[in-house]
Amino acid sequence: MLEINNLHVKLEEEDKQILKGVTLTVPAGEVHAIMGPNGSGKSTLSYVLSGRDGYEVTEGSATLEGEDLLDLETEERAAAGLFLAFQYPVEIPGVGNMTFMRTAVNAQRKARGQEELSATDFLKEIRAKAKDLKIDAEMLKRPVNVGFSGGEKKRNEILQMAMLEPKMCILDETDSGLDVDAMKLVSDGVNALRDDNRAFLVITHYQRLLDHIVPDVVHIMANGRIIKSGGPELALEVEKNGYADLKQETA
Amino acid sequence: MSALKQRKMDALDARLAGLTAPEGGVWITEARAAARKRLEAMGLPGPRDEYWRFTRPDTLNAVEAPVAAVLDHGDETPVFGEVDRLKIVFVDGVFVAEESDDLTLEGVEVERLAVAASADIHWAKDIYGEIEALGQTPVDRPHAALNTAFATDGVLIRVNGKPSKPISIIYRHESETSDAYLHHVVKLEEGAELTLLENGPAAARFNKVVEVDIADRARFHHVRAQGRDHERRAVTGLFVRQGAESLFKSFTLTANGRLTRNEAYIEMQGDNASAHIAGAALGHGDFHHDDTVFIKHDAENCESRQVFKKVLQKGATGAFQGKILVERGAQKTDGYQKSQSLLLDDDAVFLAKPELEIYADDVACSHGSTSGAIDEDMMFYLRARGIDKETAMDLLVLAFVAEAMLEIEDEGYAEEITGRLEAWLHRRRQG
Repeated sequence: MLEINNLHVKLEEEDKQILKGVTLTVPAGEVHAIMGPNGSGKSTLSYVLSGRDGYEVTEGSATLEGEDLLDLETEERAAAGLFLAFQYPVEIPGVGNMTFMRTAVNAQRKARGQEELSATDFLKEIRAKAKDLKIDAEMLKRPVNVGFSGGEKKRNEILQMAMLEPKMCILDETDSGLDVDAMKLVSDGVNALRDDNRAFLVITHYQRLLDHIVPDVVHIMANGRIIKSGGPELALEVEKNGYADLKQETA
Repeated sequence: MSALKQRKMDALDARLAGLTAPEGGVWITEARAAARKRLEAMGLPGPRDEYWRFTRPDTLNAVEAPVAAVLDHGDETPVFGEVDRLKIVFVDGVFVAEESDDLTLEGVEVERLAVAASADIHWAKDIYGEIEALGQTPVDRPHAALNTAFATDGVLIRVNGKPSKPISIIYRHESETSDAYLHHVVKLEEGAELTLLENGPAAARFNKVVEVDIADRARFHHVRAQGRDHERRAVTGLFVRQGAESLFKSFTLTANGRLTRNEAYIEMQGDNASAHIAGAALGHGDFHHDDTVFIKHDAENCESRQVFKKVLQKGATGAFQGKILVERGAQKTDGYQKSQSLLLDDDAVFLAKPELEIYADDVACSHGSTSGAIDEDMMFYLRARGIDKETAMDLLVLAFVAEAMLEIEDEGYAEEITGRLEAWLHRRRQG
């Protein structure tokens, strides 16, 4: 599904190399986790894959089902099936949550040559999905993420994911700012979307999210590279011993 | 006389020489003469006037109206087209009976100024030119005085009850050289309610005054869309006097227009009154839009809000001059003023002069003025959800003006205005 090969990225503004040769393959149907200390480049990877301005790819490639992601505009990547659940979902005063989601769903359908969803069908679908995530009608009416608690913002991200039905989901520290109950709710939302044709890349600091969303593969990222990959037990090892040992091991 | 003053007087002399004094009025004659006297003391504004620092008055002063091409609207349905309303149509400032409805509506007296002016006595005598004259202190508004002295038509509306539908004044611009003056007077008796809709570009050059007298507990709603004829020039004056517990709410949409100067003067004379005035202006290229608002709090416990939003690009200029004056004794005043611009490129200009002048000690007044670009984080978030750049931009522009739109109380009219905004954004995209 997602293939990243020897990806080198630097910040456009300052001549600072952030990713120094990331190689990673996430096959369809699998959940991969990336763990790593602060500043290792995890969030940068998610931004570069989704096309945020300010980064320059100096070497390497990233493809989604064989299509060159780096050559596409942000919205084209989304239409191709890439979804990023933001670490810090953006507040947009003046744009209703419902308007936003309907515009997004229909924009993607249009880009794929599908017919737009009627207002009624859209409402039916979003109500059902919102209910699973305990998102009430009031939250759907409010402006996008404005006045939402940390947990509400993250649930809203998962709702968008459920509505857009992407092929490749990147979750950037979706567990940050969540209490235990909210983490459970968000994880259930993610797990419900797991299937053979969809893949996940879960970026997290902590092992605890991975108790709920059990990964097939765990990658450890440090200093702009994947330094080790393994099964779920690798996450437990990190939780116990920290990253220091791993860094030395590979140094 | 100073050289500056002399120049203003010369400009006025030239203008007056090109105008014919209206004939045939009876009760109105005195008001016209008084206005002319006011005007002759003021002269026409010059570029060095403090009140005209942001906007050049020369094309508004000129003897001849500058030529303005007429826009072909194609098969576009004009705004408020679906609304059940009493229609009054003016083309290039001239009343068109065939396109207007009968001027009858339960709870309201509606007349044309041109007809009513020759009556011996008329209720409008206590208002015509009177509220405009109030608004001449502390700053001169010569174009309004000129209007009072020379306008020969307009609509006089006296509301006694709560009419079942709004009164809708529709303007059309069909002559490239038309120079139109219209003067409307609205009087709301105690407890009465009215919605006034205005739309369309009126003329190559348009000078309009609306005087609104709102008695105690009366409510007045005003929604206007100024039309998108780009070449036209307009100077408008809204003069309002409010009684106790009365409500005044006005919203203006301006999309396009080489020159628009919208002045408003609102005087709150009765306690517990509320005045809201808002506007959204969108322009690109050779576009100049000026909102100049003066709100005088002269009673206790009144509330006022000013919310103005401008979306500018490709050389467009937006100006805002807003003042809240709180007189001695106007305790518990709540005054709010916000003017913001969204600059869509580096080639747009926003000029703002917010002012507060307060002589009472127990008041809450605030003002804020900002200029900014499209927020990159919001843009990325929308695009990351698959929304293309243009659509995302439209969403963010609509979001930017949303706060001004909230000042339209009726959802139906708000939707009409939103429809206009969307159409404008769509057209802008087509080039």
